[in-house]
Amino acid sequence: METLERIIAEHPFFAGLESYYTGLLTGCAVNIRFAPKTYIFKEGEEANEFYLIRSGRVALEIFTPQHNPIVVETLDEGDILGWSWLLPPYLWKFHAYAAQDVRAIALDGKCLRTKCEQNHDLGYEVLKRFAQIMERRLEATRLQLLDIYAAK
Amino acid sequence: MMNMARAIATDPMLPRPYSVREVAKETPDTFTLRLEPENAIDGSPFQPGQFSMLWVFGVGELPISISGDPALHDRLVYTVRSVGQATHSLVNRRVGDGVGVRGPFGAGWPAEAARGRDVIVVAGGIGLAPLRPLIYQVLQNRKDYGRLVILYGGRSPRDLLYRKELAAWARNRDTQVLVTVDYGGLAWRGHVGVVTTLFKYSRLQPANSVAMVCGPEIMMRFVTRGLETQGLSRDDIYLSMERNMKCAVGFCGHCQYGPHFICKDGPVFRYEQIRKLLEKYEL
Repeated sequence: METLERIIAEHPFFAGLESYYTGLLTGCAVNIRFAPKTYIFKEGEEANEFYLIRSGRVALEIFTPQHNPIVVETLDEGDILGWSWLLPPYLWKFHAYAAQDVRAIALDGKCLRTKCEQNHDLGYEVLKRFAQIMERRLEATRLQLLDIYAAK
Repeated sequence: MMNMARAIATDPMLPRPYSVREVAKETPDTFTLRLEPENAIDGSPFQPGQFSMLWVFGVGELPISISGDPALHDRLVYTVRSVGQATHSLVNRRVGDGVGVRGPFGAGWPAEAARGRDVIVVAGGIGLAPLRPLIYQVLQNRKDYGRLVILYGGRSPRDLLYRKELAAWARNRDTQVLVTVDYGGLAWRGHVGVVTTLFKYSRLQPANSVAMVCGPEIMMRFVTRGLETQGLSRDDIYLSMERNMKCAVGFCGHCQYGPHFICKDGPVFRYEQIRKLLEKYEL
């Protein structure tokens, strides 16, 4: 049987992390499942966790009044969902919708923030990984904004 | 009469007469035309990645990549997006209408050099059209190649080309097809995000892979960067370039790209050959 610690250690987001830190993270983690067509979180709600997606697809949506939500990105197996837990005011900026049956590891944001404050080496490891994800997603968003396939 | 036909067949500046046999709508502004030669002497062999000059009589001549099956020599297939007067006129040809064809021209995809290796196809928008002949060739000679990974990005679900074929290709052995759109509606169940976001789902084995990339130039810049990050060597990445091709045989200079003529030396280039040029603002 796969232990939570092993699943975390094998997730691409935490690849190469020392086992001592994986152990610290595991203390804040639980297995979680979201049924298809349900919201994992909604814009404006408190962001108290983030998710390592193990399977399924999550659609990140922006809510527009009087219109259908716009899907700005999808996340699949191996991706991480959510970084609003990391920075004040700790509120979600998007809706996250389980487009399929989603299995994930949820990490408690408050628990993790406390551990990162107590152990700055862990904090740096976590921040480095989030910074990389943010950089990739910023680049992808810029490319998306260019609307490169539109007729010019 | 036969001498005249031979002269037309061998002179690259003389268009050969073809007839439109089929026009199929791919997306709201993109159509696939199947042309067949009016003279039996005109077979139509080509290499995946090559292009033709299509003459719409009374309108003008256009460079269009061949998007059909290279194993079928009795026809030429082109996928054309209607974006200007000439392309609009071309996609509005009816069955039986004539079109002049010069070519095929240029250097195509390195299909032979890729034998024994994984083939990674990265396409954006109508860039899938010049890659489709390569995909046909790999699928028809499946044992000669390793994995086939097709990563395709489009603007929105309704802008995706060859949707039925994409689904069929995905059913082949050792073939992975991942499709994404920049803007997905609620009915779209697939990926949303730019094509580079697909790399992380593609399980690439960079040491034994050759990547072939076609799409808007800015997309190719991001894709090459992404492929390098994945570990692919610059020598194993190929791009199809596009410029204003006129003569198609390297005489007129319209498509000059640094020391190269895209029509003659390309349109397919090894990334390392043109990497520096891609970074030049003026080109």
